[in-house]
Amino acid sequence: MDDAQILTVRFGYGAGGAAEIGSTRQMLTALRGRDKVALDYPVASMDDILALSKRFREARSARRNGGSGAERAYRRVLTETRTRFGTGIQHGIARILDTDDPFRERLTAFWADHFTVVPKNAPMRALAPTYIDTAIRPHVAGRFGDMLKAVVTHPMMLLYLDQTASIGPNSRAGQRLDRGLNENLAREILELHTLGVGGPYGQADVRELAELLTGLSVSPDEGFVFRPRIAEPGAETVLGKRYGGQRASLDAIFQAINDLATHPKTALHISGKIARHFVSDTPDQTLIDEMAQAWTRSSGDLAQVYAALLKHPSALSPPGAKVRQPMDFMVAAAKALSVTGREVANASLRDLRRHVAGPLAAMGQPVFGASGPDGWPEEAAHWITPQGLASRIAWAAAAAESRADAIGDPRAFVETVLGPRVTPGLRIAVSGAETKAEGIALTLASAEFNRR
Amino acid sequence: MPTRRTFLQGLGCSAAAHPLMTSVTFAQAPWENRLVVLILRGGMDGLDVVRPVGDRDFPALRRGMADGGLPLTGFYEMHPGLADLAPLWAAGELGFAHALSTPYRDKRSHFDGQDLLEAGTGMDVPLPTDGWLNRMLQTVPGVEGETAFAIGRENLHLLSGPAEVANWSPETRFGLSPQAERLLQMIYADDPLFRAASAEAAVLARDIALDLADEDADSDMMQAMGQGGASEVALAAFAADRLSRDTRIAAFSINGWDTHRNQSRELERVLKRLSEVILTLKQGLGPIWGRTTILALTEFGRTARENGSAGTDHGTGGALLYAGGAVRGGQVLGRWPGVAEADLYDRQDLMPTADVRAYAAWAMRDAFGIDRTALETKVFPGLDLGDNPGLLL
Repeated sequence: MDDAQILTVRFGYGAGGAAEIGSTRQMLTALRGRDKVALDYPVASMDDILALSKRFREARSARRNGGSGAERAYRRVLTETRTRFGTGIQHGIARILDTDDPFRERLTAFWADHFTVVPKNAPMRALAPTYIDTAIRPHVAGRFGDMLKAVVTHPMMLLYLDQTASIGPNSRAGQRLDRGLNENLAREILELHTLGVGGPYGQADVRELAELLTGLSVSPDEGFVFRPRIAEPGAETVLGKRYGGQRASLDAIFQAINDLATHPKTALHISGKIARHFVSDTPDQTLIDEMAQAWTRSSGDLAQVYAALLKHPSALSPPGAKVRQPMDFMVAAAKALSVTGREVANASLRDLRRHVAGPLAAMGQPVFGASGPDGWPEEAAHWITPQGLASRIAWAAAAAESRADAIGDPRAFVETVLGPRVTPGLRIAVSGAETKAEGIALTLASAEFNRR
Repeated sequence: MPTRRTFLQGLGCSAAAHPLMTSVTFAQAPWENRLVVLILRGGMDGLDVVRPVGDRDFPALRRGMADGGLPLTGFYEMHPGLADLAPLWAAGELGFAHALSTPYRDKRSHFDGQDLLEAGTGMDVPLPTDGWLNRMLQTVPGVEGETAFAIGRENLHLLSGPAEVANWSPETRFGLSPQAERLLQMIYADDPLFRAASAEAAVLARDIALDLADEDADSDMMQAMGQGGASEVALAAFAADRLSRDTRIAAFSINGWDTHRNQSRELERVLKRLSEVILTLKQGLGPIWGRTTILALTEFGRTARENGSAGTDHGTGGALLYAGGAVRGGQVLGRWPGVAEADLYDRQDLMPTADVRAYAAWAMRDAFGIDRTALETKVFPGLDLGDNPGLLL
């Protein structure tokens, strides 16, 4: 297998036949360039979603008050929130299918998972794709600290991890309302987003960071706002360093975020996660160390971290140690079946549900449906369970059936898609299939195709 | 101490497993009793579910609790979300144990807490790859493919490991010809991970595939997109069906216990789901209910005090719920540590006075006759079982 084919399997969505990535240098250059495909398949802006969610609130309260047509008006807005959610997912997939910069898409998915959110209601579902588009995607090749800042000031994360319910107990509002802290976001920032659960923090740090984060809030009309009136007064000490003073300020929060973002334990924790995601469930420790060094040296410049990853021999080791997660499997299969981004973007909500969202859930990965803020597991064994594999096979069979006529001979298909990764056994099985569709299905269901 | 009746049941179990006495119905199972383990993910607030209203320090901690607690004993009340289970309590088929925890301490992470709950080990050893319910099965000869069922889409660590366990999740359907199925087995032959999963995947799909009901166009998007997953009630109905046949052990999860805010509403909602699951099991099991023990366990309790948003944050000591026709219900087990500030763990959480694993161990000993030494060395290595708390009749 040549380098381009290896890179295509490991860092893109291709399966190793026709390489979609040429070289590591090309990957890094593309990342520095413009995000062109995002313009082809736009996602709703923050302002759009705020306007929609305002109409949703109004329709909901009109419906509570009764009145003729209120129910229908509410249903209409509800459908609109679903359509936004659906379009967001469709455009996300369309970008992957049409891009010439697949590493950016893989990185976006990685970081969206690192900063997992799970929508809790209709407006939040409409907001979810916009969250990824505004807080994650612009920063995948930038500074980690900037991404972290964008995430912790994004309404989606503030709502998901209850920051909007956290009020400084000694703030004016806290005193008047007799309300106080909610430490959910503070804990997950330390445990999941930065240092990692083994990191050098304790309950006191969680508490103090929670106090420091008070003031981060969401306004129904403006989105993110900082509200000094609910912020805990005075300085807070996190990991032994004092932040803030008399007046509550966003600056003090950002200083703490920057320090956490460039902490050596954060560098190590997240470098390990990146290595486990792209290379192997059990990556080489020198790979993690070299990435972490690049992180620390560059104060969390992610492009430098990726450069260290791509320079390490593990980047070009033979692929196959990882199993594609269901979304990656499905998109890689769609690519192999020559599905275009435009086809996906134009599909109906019903088709999306039947052919994409439903099957993804059956494979164990419902869209925006991780079971908690720690996102999806990496281990191959988590995904290849009897029901997970049965669902992949069933979906592969249906997908192959619908494209068989256009694809033609499965014996050519398996060679085109898998290139040098075709094993003699798979070749024999594909030629032994009763129908073209089943030969294609066998290719997509094979261990070779499901690994990367 | 084991009662006379559990002793007799123990004998009954081994008799059923004896080749001369087996009938077709229980030919595969080493016992007749049934165990259902529910993992309550997110950290159930034991202090709100089983409220120590007789403790004079308690009311000051909790001002925003849902009204209408149901009296259990003079000291404890039950959350109103469990009202549907009140008849079970009255019939001695529902009980609780309080002030318990796993050995997990201090970092209060859901994920590590759940890992430890399912692994069944202490903090002093590396996390094993198998779960405690699987290790229990490993100590029993004659366990077969369908003796134990892990139900739902997730990979349930509790039941994973070398002992053979069946898995089931709704919404899985195959669409291939027998020839293609044979070819699949062939192409997976060289990949151990895929080979292991595919054999069962084929059986699974042929035997127990369910048809997806056509989705209601108006159903909530969450459900429609498959995000709600199969309702736990469907999982319970499947479990009851299997347990009525060769299956003896079933386990699945109920999520939604992480009540950081609006706890009075959120907890009520999830307790109603739990009630429905238990009542679905009771109804589906029919006469088998009398042989059934249900254990509902969670990774940790929550902070003794309410937080600033009418909820509670991650804590330490909590409670478990047990139910079934085989249990000695109508009691709240456990030594109460008090909730004055000095009595709290870390001055913030309910102090655990017992290890949740000991309750699980005694339940397995009384239901299946598992040997105490095996429980203390293999299933829960290093655990001291202590005295039998008397969960089962």
